[in-house]
Amino acid sequence: MIGSPFIQREHNSVRLTMAKVMAALIPGTLAHAWFFGPGIFVSLLVCFAFALLFEGLALLMRGCCFKDFIGDGSVLVTAWLFALSVPPLAPWWLYAVGILFAVVVAKHLYGGLGQNPFNPAMVGYAVLIVSFPNYMTQWPGPSYLVMHLPSLAEAFDLVFAGQGAISADAYTMASPLDTVKTLMRAGVAKVDILANPVFGRFSGSGLEWVAGMYLVGGVLLIANRVITWHVPVAFLAAVAASAAVLHAIDPGNNMGPLFHLLTASVMLGAFFIATDPVSGCATPRGKLIFGALAGFLAIIIRSYGGYPDGVAFSILLMNVAAPFIDAYTQPRVYGHAKGGKVGR
Amino acid sequence: MTQPIYSFPGGLHPADHKAESNGRPIAAAPLVPRYQVPLRQHAGQPAKAIVHAGDTVLRGQLIAIPDGRISAAVHAPTSGRVVAVGPHPVAHPSGLADLSVVIEADGRDEAVAMMPLAWRDMDPAELREHLADMGLVGLGGAVFPSHVKLAPGPLAIDTLILNGAECEPWITCDDRLMRERAAEVMRGAEIMRHLLGARELLVGIEDNKPEAVAAMQAACAGGNARVVVVPTRYPSGGAKQLVQLLTGLEVPTGKLSTDIGIQVFNVATAYALQRAVELGEPLISRIVTVTGHVARPGNYEVRLGTPIAELIALAGGELPGASGQLIGGPLMGFDLDTPQAPVTKGVNCIIITSADLFPPRPRAMPCTRCGLCAQACPVRLQPYEMYLYARAKDLDKARAYNLADCIECGCCSYVCPSHIPLVDYYRFAKSELAAREREQHAAELARERHDFHSERLEREKREKAERLGRKASERLEAGAVAADDPEAARKKALLEAAVERARKAKEAAAPPANTDHLSPAQQAEIEAIEARRAQAGLGGGSAPAPDEQPDTVAEKT
Repeated sequence: MIGSPFIQREHNSVRLTMAKVMAALIPGTLAHAWFFGPGIFVSLLVCFAFALLFEGLALLMRGCCFKDFIGDGSVLVTAWLFALSVPPLAPWWLYAVGILFAVVVAKHLYGGLGQNPFNPAMVGYAVLIVSFPNYMTQWPGPSYLVMHLPSLAEAFDLVFAGQGAISADAYTMASPLDTVKTLMRAGVAKVDILANPVFGRFSGSGLEWVAGMYLVGGVLLIANRVITWHVPVAFLAAVAASAAVLHAIDPGNNMGPLFHLLTASVMLGAFFIATDPVSGCATPRGKLIFGALAGFLAIIIRSYGGYPDGVAFSILLMNVAAPFIDAYTQPRVYGHAKGGKVGR
Repeated sequence: MTQPIYSFPGGLHPADHKAESNGRPIAAAPLVPRYQVPLRQHAGQPAKAIVHAGDTVLRGQLIAIPDGRISAAVHAPTSGRVVAVGPHPVAHPSGLADLSVVIEADGRDEAVAMMPLAWRDMDPAELREHLADMGLVGLGGAVFPSHVKLAPGPLAIDTLILNGAECEPWITCDDRLMRERAAEVMRGAEIMRHLLGARELLVGIEDNKPEAVAAMQAACAGGNARVVVVPTRYPSGGAKQLVQLLTGLEVPTGKLSTDIGIQVFNVATAYALQRAVELGEPLISRIVTVTGHVARPGNYEVRLGTPIAELIALAGGELPGASGQLIGGPLMGFDLDTPQAPVTKGVNCIIITSADLFPPRPRAMPCTRCGLCAQACPVRLQPYEMYLYARAKDLDKARAYNLADCIECGCCSYVCPSHIPLVDYYRFAKSELAAREREQHAAELARERHDFHSERLEREKREKAERLGRKASERLEAGAVAADDPEAARKKALLEAAVERARKAKEAAAPPANTDHLSPAQQAEIEAIEARRAQAGLGGGSAPAPDEQPDTVAEKT
């Protein structure tokens, strides 16, 4: 039976929502290309190709509505977020492995669109950083700090044929977060660490601009009502607050809040990854708790964990807690005395 | 004019499509040759017909009386002859036929004597008595019998709210009514206030009806009623939402607005009440919007029982490409099964659909928990959770997410980017829950009946035993006159009787086993078998107990 309502909002679909998210990723991606060379376009393309391939195969194997789902755009968003999280110019198979885990394991094995308990892109990222840490630290440096950033054609060669004429040393640099982690561990004074050219005005040189562009894209998402303000605001506030507390306790061994806020992964995480509705919280209060705890955990992992960055792990950890948080943060329904808890 | 200081969460701003039909004055629909007047045009029990085929009736004549408290009378829409009382198509989501009185109009439209009432001088109780048979029901769509709502019993009503919000797209019948007959509407509201003893009278109208607002304000001038203009946002016309908008109060879950001293009526109901009291005319007509893909959209004052097809013809007929009709608004209305169904008290709008105006709903995609439904929900529910559990038929969980508080306004379905027909799932889950409750109730009844039955058998047995005991002691006492020691004889007899009873009880409890009372031949046969078993080395002698037999065990596990 199809009953009322007999009308629905125009220009409203999963596909369009995904398109809006991708549009919001454009400024950050362009900023990335501006500072770190066109390699990102190659890795993005490779990730798109594998994502569509695995998505198509998974849909065919599941035997369900290939036609309806292949074009929903969700897998492209996953691929894009994944591509922005891993170093460009890595060998193609690295992207293939990451996308395989993101799309097939994290998404389709759990039932496909809308069913994944974990953010697929972050699962792909986590698998790679655990399995291939050496590749995952080979980030290109900004054009003005490295000898030679590969051109588009050279980037294709690097991705598909492995290292040819250009040595990785010519374009890679330890990332700002890596630098902080290793040098602080080595006991180098913070003043000396910050003298490293990889640091810009507030955070990573070039990366702080990428982070700024993610912020712009994120604000566009809020303005277009694709996401609500709750998760990003809570996430960023918690990052700033946690970093500020650690910095106040031990300024010599901790970076300040502004450094952490303007790292690319924090902005990408706050607006694009922690806001994933499928794997995150959905109630307003739940979103605030989810965002705040994810931001807090990100800083804790960055400061005390073995990995230089903690955003992906903090969000994956919070994904586990999301249904629980939602159950305890049900809004007060009209006519009810107070918000009830819905036990599971 | 006052602006509301309160708001409600969520809601929608769909294209309102009011301009199509609100430009022309209300037109009186001419008489039609035949009227089908259903006996169930209201919430509650259907009315009971008091006319038969062959009877002649006059306009306004009572043709069916209320059956019970929650029911409403039905009157003849015109004068003529009753040709049948039987099932006919009706405008109902189920598409089922319902008992109707079919009247062939004689064209004279003669009325019964109608008795205007000087209500200001009448006691509310006396006035209510007059109203009980006027067939008044809520004309906003809920069709709840008005005389019940106008008798709040022990509850004190402080505020009467007149609902002129008309928040559904396309519908303009209340808009035109307020523009053209504001004075009558307000007089009806004053009668309501008199009946309810309400102190405050508020009229809520959406700000997309400035002409209606102006007319109602003029009608309120000098009196102590207040028009409150509310922002255009669906579903402001939902009774609970309007209460919230105008008073900031919420109706507690599972209760009525009267529990917090508020009663809400539609403006059209107030108008009908005014006619019923001041003119003595029962509810035999209403204003209906005919709009959508039709030649001359507009509002028509229609006698109840007029076939909808006739009304569509009056509006110039459907345009080419018409695909069907909706009754009510596009957000909460329903698909009409056949235009042969008549206009009834609850039909406020007929929308002729076309593929352009009402594009089919795209294929549903999976829920991504995007939360747009929760943001749109005026009740602050989490529709995606209710959907999830309704779909899984986990009804207890759906109920735990307050399914019962859902008003089925359709906001969630409207905004869903996955195009999931969410409200359909809630209707399904609600009906399943209702069915389950009915079943549980039936089981409860059956259990009670069974318990009572067992108890009765027990009691009868007890009573019989007592009777026998009494008889025995009577006999003993009779015999004891001659006995030497009557007390000892009586004790002995009682003891014997007790022993005998115990023996009988034991026999009854343990029926003889098939190894008892054997004939000598059987005994010999058994012994022969045992001997063969011993020879075969099976030993033991006795067969395994029945419940240890393998197949029995298999059945148990």
